[in-house]
Amino acid sequence: MAARKGSASGAKAGANVSAEELKQYYHDMLLIRRFEEKAGQLYGMGLIGGFCHLYIGQEAVVVGLEAAAKEGDKRVTSYRDHGHMLACGMDPKGVMAELTGRDGGYSKGKGGSMHMFSKEKHFYGGHGIVAAQVPIGAGLAFADKYKGNDNVTFTYFGDGAANQGQVAETYNMAQLWDLPVVFVIENNQYAMGTSVKRATKSPDFYERGIAYGIAGEEVDGMDVLAVKQAGEKAVAHCRSGKGPYILEIKTYRYRGHSMSDPAKYRTREEVQKMREERDAIEHIRQLLLTGKHATEDELKQVDKDIKAIVNGAADFAKESPEPSADELYTDIYTDVAPQNA
Amino acid sequence: MATKILMPALSPTMEEGTLAKWLKKEGDEISAGDIIAEIETDKATMEFEAVDEGTLGKILVAEGTSGVKVNDPIAVMLEEGEDASAAEEAEAPDTGSDAAESDDEGEPAKAPAQAKSSDDDMPKPDTTPDWPEGTPMKTQTVREALRDAMAEEMRSDDTVFVMGEEVAEYQGAYKVTQGLLDEFGDRRVIDTPITEHGFAGLGVGAAFGGLRPIVEFMTFNFAMQAMDQIINSAAKTLYMSGGQMGAPMVFRGPNGAAARVAAQHSQDYGAWYAHVPGLKVVQPYSAADAKGLLKSAIRDPNPVIFLENEILYGRSFEVPDLEDFTIPFGKAKIWREGSDVTIVSWGIGMSHALEAADKLEKEGIDAEVIDLRTLRPVDYDTVLASVRKTNRCVTVEEGFPVASFGNHLSAVIMERAFDWLDAPVINCTGKDVPMPYAANLEKMALVTSDEVVDAVKKVTYR
Repeated sequence: MAARKGSASGAKAGANVSAEELKQYYHDMLLIRRFEEKAGQLYGMGLIGGFCHLYIGQEAVVVGLEAAAKEGDKRVTSYRDHGHMLACGMDPKGVMAELTGRDGGYSKGKGGSMHMFSKEKHFYGGHGIVAAQVPIGAGLAFADKYKGNDNVTFTYFGDGAANQGQVAETYNMAQLWDLPVVFVIENNQYAMGTSVKRATKSPDFYERGIAYGIAGEEVDGMDVLAVKQAGEKAVAHCRSGKGPYILEIKTYRYRGHSMSDPAKYRTREEVQKMREERDAIEHIRQLLLTGKHATEDELKQVDKDIKAIVNGAADFAKESPEPSADELYTDIYTDVAPQNA
Repeated sequence: MATKILMPALSPTMEEGTLAKWLKKEGDEISAGDIIAEIETDKATMEFEAVDEGTLGKILVAEGTSGVKVNDPIAVMLEEGEDASAAEEAEAPDTGSDAAESDDEGEPAKAPAQAKSSDDDMPKPDTTPDWPEGTPMKTQTVREALRDAMAEEMRSDDTVFVMGEEVAEYQGAYKVTQGLLDEFGDRRVIDTPITEHGFAGLGVGAAFGGLRPIVEFMTFNFAMQAMDQIINSAAKTLYMSGGQMGAPMVFRGPNGAAARVAAQHSQDYGAWYAHVPGLKVVQPYSAADAKGLLKSAIRDPNPVIFLENEILYGRSFEVPDLEDFTIPFGKAKIWREGSDVTIVSWGIGMSHALEAADKLEKEGIDAEVIDLRTLRPVDYDTVLASVRKTNRCVTVEEGFPVASFGNHLSAVIMERAFDWLDAPVINCTGKDVPMPYAANLEKMALVTSDEVVDAVKKVTYR
């Protein structure tokens, strides 16, 4: 067991990936960004209501970790969940239509931005209560271990959630029972408006597992290749029956906490600096171009294709009807045993 | 094509705002992410970012303007190669606006109960017997019946497992899980650390993952630590997922007062859980019901709160000696028929109700005693049919009086059997105090059969 600072960030351009994989990561990250920008736009138009937490800036985290996942692996996260859904292959149309509260949404419009699920893609939410998904993720891993398969569960939470009591409770049980769960702390440095240093004197979240015997490491979350490499290591650890693993992924959200966040707790310059110097998408774009893995024209085509997907999702989300009034009273109870696994 | 920039909604409650300041002027080049204006919402002053790149063609709303409605055009953006005349065109009224059109003509919400008491609302109680006549019976304690229910279900379904504090090696804090570890091993009978919030959430995750967890709380008083996972995660997920996934699981353990364990270990949570859509709530009295209902709970595809009682654990009842029997939810049991008054109770309240009925019998009052057995779903029909017959009703429960389950029953009876009532319904409950430790005070705080007798005399005007 060890907690290592920045060990995986050594994985830079030299990481063992093909040009095709690089292009895929570029595509997947850009899809999330454009989707989120569109969601922000629809929110501004009043088509999306309530809370809407955008993932812009953090794209490399989910895309890097999904690159380390295999079929049957599970994922569960908080309410900043649109990126996770797109990265695991959920349909942008169904996600966007859920944001607009329409019948064609993943939850038939009854869940909204914070509460979406896909049994098919093993995506277990979308949880609106900070850290509630952490013991749930351990429970999903418990189920896999109980059934005797080698799947793992990616349990995502933020630096804010890391201070919740149930995270400590879950670390203890997960290590006690050797549960195959990767705890992914997406440290975007602000829990709503409270910076990490105003919330804890123990800001190295990857070390928080030491007390329970869980290994952890810090990862550069603006480098998708570093994330992927760290993810592969964590997943190998879990699959081999050694129990949980903690990845603290240093990332940054460009937008406010939610749409109604005036973001007075940080400077415009700080955000701009991250965007200009550390943007994960721009990083891969440069790797593709300088490595001559793709031409400007090819990347322009990728942009265009994504724009079409996102516009298609937005159109679908606008055109899909609101759920019928009957839906008010459905899905409170079920008569059928759910095939949850 | 020139596009209009609309006044954005920048908070969930914003309907209009003030355009405080333009940070770009007409003719400025704009890239995505540039701050173009500052807008005051109902909550704060927000920076408004451009989503697309282009040239700011024309400003339509001057800075300092207040009361600008969300979705009103505030400026026109030009794409590469367009000139200001495009802005003029874009200013024309837009017929194909894709702003959300609110539909206020939705169906009115259904009320949970209809306010009418006509004969077409005739209650139809299910009077089928719980088990066939002539079934051989055996004497069992509630504790043994609960253990047998779990063991039988665990034998027939490998996905069923039990977890909680001291359930395995210690054989259960109240010995309800006695023998399960020996038979099923530590894969399926799991001692947890003292970590209610954590293991309740872990159980929910295991249920999402295809297992059938039985989560034991040493007492439901400790389940308050786990309340968020029970309510927000277990009860609501089926709805929030549009029916895609839910939590088929049982949360069980003793509930209510034991003896002299004071305020933090004595609360009855029946009414609390009964409040929540998405949960099923069971509160059995007899050993046969405990067994048949727990088996139903384990098989139920929804989250079930199963409220046991420490004092009842050691009581013996006749239990059908059948290989497999279950009791359905939402079916009350009439323990004794009577014509003068209906006494409705559940859980340990039943012992006070039955004791009161015996006392009343000696005084010539013939009470009908109904055991609800489950609070969600609840069998209104059996209660309403009985009240139509007796015209009087007293409810009995151990919980606090304010917003008690008896309060809810009174409301339903008033709505649906008002014309049949000859007296107001009286709710006998625990007192409106935290449970005291002193023996004499504790006795006073609990509901008693004498209080039930007094209430019956009031509603029968004796």
